[in-house]
Amino acid sequence: MHPWERDARFLKKALKKGPPQYNVIVEIACTRSSDQLLGARKAYHSLFNRSIEEDLAFHIKGSERKLLVALVSAYRYEGSKVKEDTARSEAKALLNAINNGDKRKIVEDDEVVTILTARSKPHLKEVYDQYKKLSNKTITEDLEVELLLKETVECLCTPQTYFTKIFDAALRDDANEGAKKALTRLVATQKGGEIKEVATKFEEQIEERVKGAYKDVLVGVLAKEG
Amino acid sequence: MATIDAPSQVSFQQDAEILRKACKGWGTDEKAIISVLGHRNAAQRKQIRLAYEELYQEDLVKRLESELSGDFERAVYRWILDPADRDAVLANVAIKKLSPDLHVIVEISCTRSPEELLAVRRAYQARYKHSLEEDVAAHTKGDTRTLLVALVTAFRYDGEEINTRLANSEAKILHDAVEDKKFNHEEVIRILTTRSKMQLMATFNRYSDDHGASITKHLQGDSGDEFLLVLRTAVRCLNDSKKYFEKVLHNSIRRMGTDEDALTRVIVTRAEKDLKDIKELYHKRNSVALEQAVAKDTSGDYKALLLTLLGKED
Repeated sequence: MHPWERDARFLKKALKKGPPQYNVIVEIACTRSSDQLLGARKAYHSLFNRSIEEDLAFHIKGSERKLLVALVSAYRYEGSKVKEDTARSEAKALLNAINNGDKRKIVEDDEVVTILTARSKPHLKEVYDQYKKLSNKTITEDLEVELLLKETVECLCTPQTYFTKIFDAALRDDANEGAKKALTRLVATQKGGEIKEVATKFEEQIEERVKGAYKDVLVGVLAKEG
Repeated sequence: MATIDAPSQVSFQQDAEILRKACKGWGTDEKAIISVLGHRNAAQRKQIRLAYEELYQEDLVKRLESELSGDFERAVYRWILDPADRDAVLANVAIKKLSPDLHVIVEISCTRSPEELLAVRRAYQARYKHSLEEDVAAHTKGDTRTLLVALVTAFRYDGEEINTRLANSEAKILHDAVEDKKFNHEEVIRILTTRSKMQLMATFNRYSDDHGASITKHLQGDSGDEFLLVLRTAVRCLNDSKKYFEKVLHNSIRRMGTDEDALTRVIVTRAEKDLKDIKELYHKRNSVALEQAVAKDTSGDYKALLLTLLGKED
């Protein structure tokens, strides 16, 4: 199956399964490249005769709607150019929103959603760094309670951390189906590069714990050119 | 239908040579420029640029920019660009104005096909090193921003299927919002920015059938309400884009002086699409041919180019 088709099906399934699976939507929207995400949207059209944003917007009634629809609609600039002062002021805006979090659900905050869904990944990494200077904590630490937002920031700003979590959870003794599925989803559609780096750290565990076809896939990831 | 008249057999090299000759030396032969470029479609114009670059190691667009001036230069510049690139430029110009031309953003995002809009977003990134949505978000705020960003990032399903039940329920949602004057309701934005165009037309038709008036009529209101204006423009573009463009043309010519920006924009962006139909609509509604109105209101090389793009024979 083409990666785009696979992602489109993952998205559909996640939507169907509801809120516990919304993190899958975040993961796909945030870890794919701009063109990969676009491809998934096109595949979704072909497969389901609707746009992904139509379906998400229609079926999600909760406060996460705005964030999720905007995440899948993104076509981020992929250049490395970053403006430090803009990043700083946006870090301030995020800090502000988080500090006022009790008054208003952060995930519905227009400013927060716009920053996280329109800005390029390099820019967001800069925002992440600037935030740490302002707050002594990272954005992810401050977002402990808002799981979806936390995962959004993690996938966009510190993908390595996110990938490591997935590998770790899947390769433990008590790993459940969900954790293993998460790993499969990750390695099936990510190319080498960032994920290979993370996979290398787990090489030993993969050797020991994983068997059969599943192991082949993981070994394949390790072997791929970065 | 398109209005421009481009021959099927063309020598790009010859065209490049003619253009070179037109620009060389003292003064510029604007007529030659119009007679070549005014009769070439987008694919051909692209090839001419390449041929010119190869022959003379120079960017034709830059050369023309330096040789020409005024409304004529702006029109030629917009005409010669690739459609997606052109839209990116138009969008950027609109956003960067002191008081952004929001209706241009709406126009581009609502009248281009889903694939075309994607191409515009790519072209925008290539040119400006930012995504279109970033720039729109940075120059707008509040509900207007929410609506515009959603319009600009939409990748609507392009199929013909219509779900009548959905059209009914969403027509009702729209009407309820209109009645309560809650135009910025989340559901209004959801429907307008995510549904396919065919689905939206079915919804709008259902709305008119049920309430005896089009939704656009019901969205008329306080002209100081920026959000409402943007919303109404979006609905007009999505519902009947030809009617919308006819109105823009009408307004650009009607007032004291002419709105050359709008006039150029509509003619240049529709000449290869449906300008013929827009012309017919214009004639019907104004009892005068668009060419006549344009000829009366413009002059010189600018006029000559516009008339050529409108399909006037040399």
